[in-house]
Amino acid sequence: MAATAKTIEQVKSIGGKYKFGFVTDIDLDFAPKGLSEDIVRFISAKKDEPEWLLEWRLKAYGHWLEMPEPKWAKVSFPPIDYQDSFYYAAPKSKDDAPKSLADIDPKLLETYAKLGIPLQEQEILAGVAVDAVFDSVSVATTYKGKLEEKGIIFCSISEAVREHPELVRKYLGSVVPYGDNKHACLNSAVYTDGSFVYIPKGVRCPMELSTYFRINAENTGQFERTLIIADEGSYVSYLEGCTAPMRDENQLHAAVVELIALDDAEIKYSTVQNWYPGDEEGKGGIYNFVTKRGACRGRNSKISWTQVETGSAITWKYPSCILEGDNSVGEFYSVAITNNRQQADTGTKMIHLGKNTRSTIIAKGIAAGRSDSTYRGQVKILPKAEGARNYTQCDSLLIGGDCGAHTVPYIESRNPSARVEHEATTSKIGEDQLFYCRQRGLSDEEAVALIVNGFCREVLQQLPMEFAVEAQKLVGISLEGSVG
Amino acid sequence: MTALLDIKNLHVSVGEREILKGVDLTINPGEVHAVMGPNGTGKSTLSYVLAGREGYDITDGTITFMGQDLLALEPHERACMGIFLAFQYPVEIPGVAGTTFLKTALNALRKYRGEGELDAMQFLKHVRAKAKALDISDEMLRRPLNVGFSGGEKKRNEVLQMAVLEPKLAVLDETDSGLDIDALKVVADGVNAMRSPERSMLIITHYQRLLDYIVPDHVHVLVAGRIVASGGKELAHELEAKGYAQYADAAAA
Ligand SMILES: Nc1ncnc2c1ncn2[C@@H]1O[C@H](COP(=O)(O)OP(=O)(O)OP(=O)(O)O)[C@@H](O)[C@H]1O
Ligand SMILES: [Mg+2]
Repeated sequence: MAATAKTIEQVKSIGGKYKFGFVTDIDLDFAPKGLSEDIVRFISAKKDEPEWLLEWRLKAYGHWLEMPEPKWAKVSFPPIDYQDSFYYAAPKSKDDAPKSLADIDPKLLETYAKLGIPLQEQEILAGVAVDAVFDSVSVATTYKGKLEEKGIIFCSISEAVREHPELVRKYLGSVVPYGDNKHACLNSAVYTDGSFVYIPKGVRCPMELSTYFRINAENTGQFERTLIIADEGSYVSYLEGCTAPMRDENQLHAAVVELIALDDAEIKYSTVQNWYPGDEEGKGGIYNFVTKRGACRGRNSKISWTQVETGSAITWKYPSCILEGDNSVGEFYSVAITNNRQQADTGTKMIHLGKNTRSTIIAKGIAAGRSDSTYRGQVKILPKAEGARNYTQCDSLLIGGDCGAHTVPYIESRNPSARVEHEATTSKIGEDQLFYCRQRGLSDEEAVALIVNGFCREVLQQLPMEFAVEAQKLVGISLEGSVG
Repeated sequence: MTALLDIKNLHVSVGEREILKGVDLTINPGEVHAVMGPNGTGKSTLSYVLAGREGYDITDGTITFMGQDLLALEPHERACMGIFLAFQYPVEIPGVAGTTFLKTALNALRKYRGEGELDAMQFLKHVRAKAKALDISDEMLRRPLNVGFSGGEKKRNEVLQMAVLEPKLAVLDETDSGLDIDALKVVADGVNAMRSPERSMLIITHYQRLLDYIVPDHVHVLVAGRIVASGGKELAHELEAKGYAQYADAAAA
């Protein structure tokens, strides 16, 4: 908690509107600009990948060429010029990968310190193991020793491909197939790194696992790939946080996250996303096109997604659960904040296959400025899902008169014993509430932050303690300038 | 003695309609003033104008607080300088625990005054005794602010906020309405405990009964946007007996 409080201070002192908009000046090793089969081969070769993985990438690439862009989301942006980006950028020192923190470029460590993850302190600070992704290569993994004792594997996905190929081969693409959607195809073809987690049978992971993603190089997309497997009876809580420096161009971020929970296992996956949102006029910012899906394969398994989305110019993201195992549970807790010209189309899919499967969706959308926020959710109950239940609650809060909030629920129930409940509200932030807060000494911005935090409480309290504090502050920061 | 608050010839309109039509009122440090008057005469309007609520046009007149032009200040600056309004209708803030709200407010004031912020432990220590005196349980403090509170609970909660924030000028807008007899006594004790030579109060009420507990130094009668009579505490008794009809002519003038 001390570390996060410090981050906020440090980051504030850096100045500028976007508090994370600094650039680290280090030499990068680039692949040539543009996308082609050769680039896919280049990436695979750089990473010394086995043949099967290269083939898988190439198949994904082939699919990507054919596939149209998804068009159903309520977002608009000019066509993306995929040839105008770099698909591989690694810090120069990567050929001899760092063996310990001491080997890491001090400038990188400095960047992380600005983000509030001083790696050197991480091992002392309680409870967080960080796998830090700097652009495309995972540069440091802390806490490894402690986790290894329990048989937990927590490493970059490239390392997992080398060290645990059987696990990767078995599960990679098993929840999000390479042809799932255009963005997932692209990711499968050119992903450069990401995190891999395996929790063995019956093990409760003793600490929060965390990856801090950061896009640094200009014109590089970031395509990480995360794969988390919770074996029978295990538990893990994973947190992903993201920031990106300020750039005038739009940068593409197309990640894929796959979660697999076997019998009686539980995965809690939390995201705090504050990629650069663009400026007040909508110039620049990240296109955050992410495919996240979890499979509750086992009986009594549980997957819980919590997301706090405050950044990105465009967010296109639907963390979903496939509830295959009987009695399995899916949860989705979401806060999506848009300000200025941001657009967010986000929600979830809960697919009920097994008996007595249950899902809960709590989505809070906050729109300010001239932004647009859409909740899009699907609840699907298949014929065998005897006794399935879903509860959905979507609340939208509007700040000012120029923004929009939309709720688009799709409900499909093919089992008569299933129960699906949906509640939705839309409200405006109350002048009376703002005045009441201001009368007690809060500035406009403090008042908005407090009221919006209250509005999001049910979701924020799902976050691990350390990150809840940071998320609360982010809520305030991202709504700066929205009133008064 | 320099006045804490000095209102001169205050004219206030909402839209086309003039609500306050030339109010003069001076409050010195340590004084307790009561304002009484029929429904809809502008008592709450006066309190909102003091607190700086939007939507009220000050068409004429001045307000000086601690020697400063109050009307030039933002609502939160006024609060930080020591103006506190106990609302006639306290507002619900879903999802925000009473303690969180109070701590945020107290630390905002402390920051403004250049004092260090209190941590959770120090804050609770500061609040607990005051809450207890007002019969407010820990459970109530933890609940989302005012959400589902009974009328009386809301009013007690306003007085707690006043006790914690320790203002220089407390404006209490019908803090007694909706209170049962016991609660009225608890609230009055809470308010009386706050009386000091440095703190002034403006108490808006319809009932002389409250003024039996919180004895005012001055009583004013506000009718149709004007102060039509001022006097000592006996004026409240007179009003109780005769009503406001006697002022109808003065108001129409
Ligand atoms: N925002 C507003 N818009 C329209 N009319 C208003 C507004 N605020 C106050 N008024 C009107 O101004 C008049 C005075 O209202 P105010 O609330 O100040 O009365 P009051 O003296 O506090 O009455 P009560 O004793 O019933 O609380 C009323 O007629 C009220 O309807
Ligand atoms: Mg009133």
